Amino acid sequence: MSDHHHDHDHSHAPISNGDEPLAARTRALEELLVERGVITRDDVRRRIDWLVSRSPADGARLVARAWVDPEFKHRLLDDARTAALELGLDPGPSPVVVALENTETVHHMVVCTLCSCYPKALLGPPPDWYKSLPYRSRAVADPRGVLAEFGVELDGDVELRVVDSTADIRYLVIPRRPARTDALTEDELAAIVTRDSMIGVAQPLAPTQVAA
Amino acid sequence: MRYRTGESVRVANRRHDGHHRTPGYLKGKIGIVERSHPAFTNPETRAYDGDGLPEQRLYLISVSQRDLWPEYRGAAADRLFVDVFEHWLEKAE
Amino acid sequence: MHDRGGWPTDAPIDRTDHELADWELLADALVGALGNVGVMNVDELRRAIESMPPEDYEATSYYERWLFAMETILTEKGVLTPGEIDARLAA
Repeated sequence: MSDHHHDHDHSHAPISNGDEPLAARTRALEELLVERGVITRDDVRRRIDWLVSRSPADGARLVARAWVDPEFKHRLLDDARTAALELGLDPGPSPVVVALENTETVHHMVVCTLCSCYPKALLGPPPDWYKSLPYRSRAVADPRGVLAEFGVELDGDVELRVVDSTADIRYLVIPRRPARTDALTEDELAAIVTRDSMIGVAQPLAPTQVAA
Repeated sequence: MRYRTGESVRVANRRHDGHHRTPGYLKGKIGIVERSHPAFTNPETRAYDGDGLPEQRLYLISVSQRDLWPEYRGAAADRLFVDVFEHWLEKAE
Repeated sequence: MHDRGGWPTDAPIDRTDHELADWELLADALVGALGNVGVMNVDELRRAIESMPPEDYEATSYYERWLFAMETILTEKGVLTPGEIDARLAA
C-alpha cells in the first residue's frame, strides 16, 4: 500500500455503489472543516500518508530481532515502545506498548471487546475480523474455539491468555520461533512473521511457506 | 500506587451510566494485579468535553476464565488479562 | 451494545479482508487530524459511537460509525450546525 497515491480530487479505489453516499458525506465533512479553518488539507494529507505507510513489516522486525538477540528481547519485553524506537520504528501515539511473549507453556491472543484498539503503528490497520462483533464477543469467552476457527490448536497444558485492550496500552504478541529456522537471516525470519501471529490467532509461517 | 503486583483485587460491581472502559463481564470479579501502568486521563470525563483529570493509574489484572464464563471451554489455567483503572478496583479479602 | 465481551453469538468470524476505500482512509485521517488539533479526542469519538441506537450500531460499517461520531461531536461543539452537511450534499 505504500505506493498508493491518494489525491483528494479523484478517487482511485473502487467504491461500491452502496458506499457512495458515505464517501460524499465524508468529503463534504472534510470540505467544511477545511473551509472553516478547523484543519488544513495538509493535516489530512499527512495523516493519510502516515496511515498508508503502516504495515506489519514493522512489527515483524521487532519479533525477528527478538528471536536472534536475547538482550534485545529482554529490552522489548521490558518496554516495547523504546525497543521499537531503537530499531528506528514508529511505535505510535500510545505512551505504553507491551510485547507479550508466547512460550512453550503460554500463548497470548489480543482483542478489544469495547471497540477496536490495535497497535496499528506497528501492524498496519486492523483486519475487518478483528473489529467484528463476533470476534469481540467470542475472543474472550471462547478463545480456543476462535483459535480452532483460525486453524490453531493449543495443547491442553498451554495456558491461553487473552488480553482485552480496554485502555491506551497497545499489545503486540511475540510468537514462538518455529523449528528449523536456525539457518535463516534476520530478514528471512521477519518474512515468516505474519500480522495474525502478532495478534495471536496464528503461528508464524514455516520457513518453506514464504513465497519466493 | 495503590495496588502491588501479585495482589488480589476485585473489580467494582458498579453501574455507570455513560462512557466507561470497564467491561460488563468483569464487574464484580476477583483477579490478580499482573502489572501496573502509568496514570492516564480518565475517559469517563474526557469523553464529555472534560479534561480527564485527575489522571488515574491503570493496572493490568488477570482473572481465571472459569470465574468469568460458566460454560468456558478451555484449560483450567486459561486467564483473561484486562487493563482496569484504579478507581474501579478494591482490595479483595 | 458496544460492550461485546461474551455477548452470546454463534456467528462464525468472517475472515475476508478488504482494502480500505478512499473515503474510509479519509474518515480515519479526519479523526486523527481533529485529534491532533485538539478539537475531538478519542474518548469523545468512542462515547459518540456508543450513543448510537443499538440497531444502528449493529447495522453500520466501522467507518460509518466514525463518520456518525464526528458529526455528533462536531455538532455538539458548534463546529458544525445541524443539517449543514445534508444541505451541502443537496446543493
